[in-house]
Amino acid sequence: MSNTIVANDLRKRYGDVNAVDGVSLTVEAGEFFGILGPNGAGKTTTLEIIEGLRQADAGEISVFGQSPWPRNPALLPRMGVQLQASAFFERLTAREQLRTFGSLYGVPGRKADEMLEVVGLSDKADTQVEKLSGGQAQRLSIACALVHEPELVFLDEPTAALDPQARRNLWDVLRAINTDGRTVVLTTHYMDEAEVLCDRVAIMDHGRILRSGAPATLVRGLDSAARVSVASGVMNADEARTLPGADEVTDDEVSLTISTRDAPKVVAALAERGALEGVQIKGATLEDVFLDLTGREYRA
Amino acid sequence: MSSFKSLASAMFLGLRRDRGALFFTIALPLLFLVAIGGLFAQQSTPKSKVLEIGSVGVVDQMPAAMRADFGKSFKVTRISDRNAALEKVKKGDYDAALEQVGDQVVVHFSAADQVKSGTVQGQVNGLVQAANQAASGQAPKYRLRAEQVEDKSLKAIQYITPGVLGWALASAGMFGASTTLVTWRTKGILRRLRLSPVPIRTVFAARVAVSLGMALVQTVLFIGVATLPFFGLKLSHYWWMAIPMVLCGVLAFLAIGMLIGAWAKTQESAQAVSQMVVLPMAFLGGSFFPVDEAPKWLRVVSEIFPLRHLNDGMLKVMARGAGPASVLPQLGILLAFALVATIVAVRVFRWEQI
Repeated sequence: MSNTIVANDLRKRYGDVNAVDGVSLTVEAGEFFGILGPNGAGKTTTLEIIEGLRQADAGEISVFGQSPWPRNPALLPRMGVQLQASAFFERLTAREQLRTFGSLYGVPGRKADEMLEVVGLSDKADTQVEKLSGGQAQRLSIACALVHEPELVFLDEPTAALDPQARRNLWDVLRAINTDGRTVVLTTHYMDEAEVLCDRVAIMDHGRILRSGAPATLVRGLDSAARVSVASGVMNADEARTLPGADEVTDDEVSLTISTRDAPKVVAALAERGALEGVQIKGATLEDVFLDLTGREYRA
Repeated sequence: MSSFKSLASAMFLGLRRDRGALFFTIALPLLFLVAIGGLFAQQSTPKSKVLEIGSVGVVDQMPAAMRADFGKSFKVTRISDRNAALEKVKKGDYDAALEQVGDQVVVHFSAADQVKSGTVQGQVNGLVQAANQAASGQAPKYRLRAEQVEDKSLKAIQYITPGVLGWALASAGMFGASTTLVTWRTKGILRRLRLSPVPIRTVFAARVAVSLGMALVQTVLFIGVATLPFFGLKLSHYWWMAIPMVLCGVLAFLAIGMLIGAWAKTQESAQAVSQMVVLPMAFLGGSFFPVDEAPKWLRVVSEIFPLRHLNDGMLKVMARGAGPASVLPQLGILLAFALVATIVAVRVFRWEQI
């Protein structure tokens, strides 16, 4: 597979802050790629450098084999960029908005109307953008990014500030974008979002990529891939440490939690001792990967 | 649809649905015109208010033919108390008091208002001369005919229409351009457009086209209202030269607005700076009163404002009956303003907030 994006050692400084501090990444054609990290990690700046909105202080970036900086009109029709949900012409309806953006790419009006359906906004076609809800405005901004059917789509925090239900609804739209073969690059500070949507993620913190790979691979690479917990009191912590496969044991007086790389073995041992009351098995998540990489709890 | 056309129609729709902006750019200046124009339309030459102490022969025994003219310039109130009459003139309630002493007509006036007292003295003098002439029983040999140098129809509305229109165009152009640019930048529309394959100059050209169109609508409405019989604007022969004047003027105002918008970081500062330019420009540029009567230094200062040149030019072709070629200097000056402001605006221009 060919590489759609190749970034090599990108750097960008704002005053004293190294917003992007040596980022290298590759995104393959057709991939759903996530850049994941807390606010201020440098995700958006990285994305802006790739999109051609900002010039990197150092490093190389190529998109479809070309440099996006300075403004490269040959690349622009192949890229779709979703910006913050306010980037609309004032007082236009959803349909007028889409048609206007479509016309910038020579897209006929009918095609623009179809896009409203794709993002589930057909019933809001004649509503002015100022009157759309946060989730609807977000959908419209995604539709505006897709209206010219780009090969590569950038989504910057598309579900930020949405309620959980609206986020999940939007995930369906985002998945659909990728299924017809488009390459998607997404930034998010939601670990669960990255895990659900992305083929591969790069975990960013303080302007650097700490690790990248498929979410499942990153999680499996952890020392303790799973946690088995039972109700506190069914077994004491010292006994639990002697169980086969147990790595680490904690007891917070509600649950006794055993970290392990071999959950089936631990559960079998607990069963032998009749100590399965309230048993729960949790796989590690990307949050555990972040904790493992940075030594601190993940806070978006 | 081409990008240019669809951008222009998007911007036009946005503007048309903005009731606040429509009010300030179209309705408010029209109200101004109606208010000021209506004021002047009702007003005739102010009459001299005089008191007649006792009976004054030249007033009371005036031939009927003269009385009609007399009534146009005098409002006479009879009074018998001489002291009270003088007191009223002193206080400025009346312009003069007339008294007959033997064959003399005495005009009591106050030195406080020299213009009014001068007028009254002249008018009474005319009255006395006419009475003398009538008493002689001979037809007058010489007659006076006063003629205004401008077209006879040059009433206040002729000055006010171009002036207020100029002010309306200046505020619409400058506020429109500066706030649009700041909004586009802060809301991310600018970067969205930058990421589209349409050249940015097409985007700006569309915005300029919409503004020019709006300016023509403003102009038509203004001239339409002012030429209603009630206001009585009479357009002179080459009035249509006002159209290129308006277009060049709007280009200059848009360029200055773009410059302000390129510099300003927030909507509020863009509006404040636009106001700081528009208001003095309107006053010094002759939108509300003729600058010709202002002190020389003020006239020189007013030259730095494009509105001054727009007002001058529009007045020439709309009211003074000057030919098309007479406003070429003004057109050139306005285009030069537009060019210089655009060059500076392009240099100051920023795509992003930071």
